[in-house]
Amino acid sequence: MVQPLDHQPETPSQTAGPYVHIGLMPTYAGNAGYYDQEIGVSPISDGAQGEVIEIVGSVYDGTGWALRDALIESWQADSAGKFPGQDGADPAVSGHCRFAADAVTGEFTLRTVKPGRVPSRYGRAFAPHISLWVVARGINIGLQTRIYFEDEDNEGDPLLSRIEQRPRVDTLIARKIGDGKYRFDIRLQGEGETVFLDI
Amino acid sequence: MTDLGPLIPRNREMHPEPYWPDYKTSVARSPNQPLLSLESGPSEETGPTFGHSRFGALDNNLILNWTKGAAPAVGERILMHGRVLDENNRAVPNTLVEIWQANAGGRYRHKKDTYLAPLDPNFGGCGRTLTDENGYYQFLTIRPGAYPWPNRGNDWRPMHIHISVFGHSFGQRLITQMYFEGDPLIPLCPIAATIRNRSQLDRLVAPLDMAHSRRLDFLAYKFDIVLRGRRQTMFENKLEGM
Ligand SMILES: [Fe+2]
Repeated sequence: MVQPLDHQPETPSQTAGPYVHIGLMPTYAGNAGYYDQEIGVSPISDGAQGEVIEIVGSVYDGTGWALRDALIESWQADSAGKFPGQDGADPAVSGHCRFAADAVTGEFTLRTVKPGRVPSRYGRAFAPHISLWVVARGINIGLQTRIYFEDEDNEGDPLLSRIEQRPRVDTLIARKIGDGKYRFDIRLQGEGETVFLDI
Repeated sequence: MTDLGPLIPRNREMHPEPYWPDYKTSVARSPNQPLLSLESGPSEETGPTFGHSRFGALDNNLILNWTKGAAPAVGERILMHGRVLDENNRAVPNTLVEIWQANAGGRYRHKKDTYLAPLDPNFGGCGRTLTDENGYYQFLTIRPGAYPWPNRGNDWRPMHIHISVFGHSFGQRLITQMYFEGDPLIPLCPIAATIRNRSQLDRLVAPLDMAHSRRLDFLAYKFDIVLRGRRQTMFENKLEGM
């Protein structure tokens, strides 16, 4: 025998299920007015510094069908690369948003400010990115990924440079489709499968 | 203790299988490719915070919150309570815990739920609270009913409450479900079975907790939640050029 470790494993995940919206986005689920203030309605408020952008996309399953029930959370730095709570962070950036696939079309929209570069522990900065966490019925543990931007300098990003199959890097890069508008699709499985993270 | 080091990598053996054919929806929604494993950085080690001011007095009372206190929900009254801890056994104070559930008949107040059990006009089915300085939280609610769902021929979900927890960083984000001690549907449930490690599944089953029940009022169930911890040593290397 050996001494026991002073450590206990993480509680296991379970799927968020088909009704996740009643808990996390009551208005979306048809229960408007449940709370005075819902969580994650917008990652920015009036006066946020930087370029306001809109990212649209869908979450596709392995058959190419766009999920109508996906729920996504995003987390990001402000336009100067500071996270909410850090010294000097933009008080108009909460950094956190919840958004859902449209129940009819499956398309989501995230309206936010473009984040700045974020320092890493090892010197080289991360290119501007938004972290995502995707949950839905049939997803047994939330899927983590990131949105990068095609009109930013992504060279040398410590995460993107770790992707061995270079064509797969594109799955993390939002395409510019207009002034301040981007498209970012998430493919859960199969051809063009998004790079998901264990981070 | 300050949070300094990276998050402890997730041990995926302790989690459900993403691809689980008996849970049919998972078949087309689970990645084929391996996940890209990396050490956490600022994006995972920071996370949103939520001030007390946004919470209402009844937010963690599901018996009363749908009617704003006007009339109680139908069902077996229970206290669901416990602590949020991390893998290093430290309390996670002041963090957001959200729950949602079916009513006593097994029906959700969601536009997509068409189960024939009726809605309870006095029950909404969601609640939220912040843990206190010791990581403790509590909800007053009713015990949800089991319900059938379209999967295999005749699948039923055991009684369960869905739980969402933030921790202090986005990399700790977790959604899980609490089951109830003694429910014979647990071993039949393909969603519970996605967790192949039996002792891990046991950790989702809340024991009846008579010491915290209140006579002539409610039963109690205890449910502790453990989030990822962070590595903390005085030997953190600042590797340049990695
Ligand atoms: Fe459920």
